Amino acid sequence: MSTIHPRRRRAFAMAGAFAAATLVLGACTNSSSGDSDTSESIGKSNTDNDKSGDKVVIGFSAPAADHGWMGSITKSAVAQADKYDDVELKVAEGTNDVNLQISQVETFINDKVDAIVLLPFDGAAMTSVARKAMDAGITVINVDREFDSPFAARTTVLGDNYGMGVSAGTFVCEDAAGKKGLKVAEIAGIDSLPLTQERSKGFSDALKSCGLKVDNRVAAEFTVESGEKAASNLLQAAPKIDYLWNHDDDQGVGVLAAIKNAGRDEFTMIGGAGSADVMDAIKADNSVLKATVIYPSTQAADGIKLARLLVQGKSMSDLAEIEVPRQLKLAAPIVTKDNVDTYLPSAFRS
Amino acid sequence: MSASLQDPSTTVPTPTPRGDRGGSVGLARNLGLVIALVILCVVGVASAGDRFASTDNLLTILRLAAVIGVVAIGMTFVITGGGIDLSVGAIVALASIWATTTGTQAMADDIGWVAMVFSAVLVGTACGAINGVLIAYGRIVPFIATLAMLASARGLAEIIADRKTQIIRNQGFLDFFGAEPLGIPVIVIIFAVVTAAGWFLLNRTTFGRRTFAVGGNPEAARLAGIKVQRHTVYLYALLGTTCGIAAVMLMSRTTTGSSTHGNLYELDAIAAVVIGGTLLSGGRGTVVGTLFGVLIFTTLTNVFTLNNLSTSAQAVAKGVIIVIAVLLQQRIANRKT
Repeated sequence: MSTIHPRRRRAFAMAGAFAAATLVLGACTNSSSGDSDTSESIGKSNTDNDKSGDKVVIGFSAPAADHGWMGSITKSAVAQADKYDDVELKVAEGTNDVNLQISQVETFINDKVDAIVLLPFDGAAMTSVARKAMDAGITVINVDREFDSPFAARTTVLGDNYGMGVSAGTFVCEDAAGKKGLKVAEIAGIDSLPLTQERSKGFSDALKSCGLKVDNRVAAEFTVESGEKAASNLLQAAPKIDYLWNHDDDQGVGVLAAIKNAGRDEFTMIGGAGSADVMDAIKADNSVLKATVIYPSTQAADGIKLARLLVQGKSMSDLAEIEVPRQLKLAAPIVTKDNVDTYLPSAFRS
Repeated sequence: MSASLQDPSTTVPTPTPRGDRGGSVGLARNLGLVIALVILCVVGVASAGDRFASTDNLLTILRLAAVIGVVAIGMTFVITGGGIDLSVGAIVALASIWATTTGTQAMADDIGWVAMVFSAVLVGTACGAINGVLIAYGRIVPFIATLAMLASARGLAEIIADRKTQIIRNQGFLDFFGAEPLGIPVIVIIFAVVTAAGWFLLNRTTFGRRTFAVGGNPEAARLAGIKVQRHTVYLYALLGTTCGIAAVMLMSRTTTGSSTHGNLYELDAIAAVVIGGTLLSGGRGTVVGTLFGVLIFTTLTNVFTLNNLSTSAQAVAKGVIIVIAVLLQQRIANRKT
């Protein structure tokens, strides 16, 4: 991955962002203009997918909504299901106890639901019960945290953690426009999580392509409090910074507080995950925040859409392939003042 | 609290007959719990019909109850003995991690999956014994000693596992604990065995009588010739053992060991014990009551899940039930004295 030419990587990011945008826009137009479709030429794989079909019962379970992003996961899944009159959603929300989450899935199996959309608290721990559901003929959609067996889910929807780092790093490189010797700092999330390591790797790989590197790096824990603590330490340690990437906008509330307290404004800050508050700040353009990278909180909503398609035996619009893909990795586009209006409607509040 | 209790020499034997000889007393004490459970079941049937009243759903409730239930049975002993343990969830996590390291799993491949069960139970018992020694001989208040264990056991689990989830590869282990002989899951059978053993130990043995004595009035127990400190260590070690068993059950259910397992189990276990009728101040305890306590909470969870209600509302309901149970308990206690 690191050998890819930066320009080409940028092209990838652009293409990904474009694809994401088309998906979002496509969804909007479909639901608003129900029957005025021009689909006859393309046949089955087209945009009449949102038309009411066979009744689908979907079970949904996710971890406790202890930060804004996770809260938005459930909210947007429910909102998505509400848009369809042929979807009945059973929500067993909010638990960080795998024993309880397993029993929730067991209840869905007993209920003989058609599909289960599952964001596991721990992907590995939920694998066996997901497998049980698949064996019982239920379509399982795995969201965000992957199972450790490919047999446990029909389709997996994932965010692109490495891509987040690449998008943030690419933004820094473009903005720096070839200048050397700039100081780059990074505030990571929980350091021992694989997703944090992937984000950091993507960031440093992208920086490497324009001769920059991370000079100061600290880790927080996704919470506001930890963000404030990590950032104030970082600002103390680094008297001058040019670019600062913060992995997570929920902890970013604390990071911004620390920056304000320290009275610093000499650098450009890039966020992560894409909360609405951060996007508002980018739009207002009166703070150090100039960009953020999206980690879609609509993953579970996409899971609901895919579950419905799979149960009704439909295919994905705009793909020639008949079957719904096995895995869907969502793009991690960079949001700046120029394109913030595109992403603001789907952003979450932290 | 202890001042309002009866003279220890008479308190000690009174709880013993509950649930057996003194049938009417036992029934009266557990009647409230039975009624609560029946009401929950009626609500379940009324709101979810056959989805609630099916064998599959009953087994779902029991499987959920099994893990926390085993911990709660152990907790009954510690609380009856006048203590408290906040570290059970952390011990479950540490035991599950220890039993699923690559080293333990390699050993399990050589000498059989019993090695994993053995190490989980051993680690649990050892942690419990450390708690007991700190409390009995180090004279640290149980609340503080187990709070320290809560922090350090989970921390140690995170260090050993590097915060990663450890996946169990040993098929023999998974097959044994995942089996359902006669349609009853193995972990539910274990839960039943532990409950029966706990009831026997508390109500039919010297160990049980000593537990009531130590919890009721440690000074009187000491004068009566009971080695209070040693008995306290036994009680915490016993709870540690049940945590080890719970860890094995959780490992079979999730096919993993993880430092996040058993999150907040201390609260669930203590809540189940308290609404079951065991006095938090010690000296009075009931295994049957704890069983009902666990079943009430898990049935509540199940009914809420079946009806699409949020876990937040469920947490509120749980809180209300605990308060009502303790208020009832106090009235019963006052009437008796």
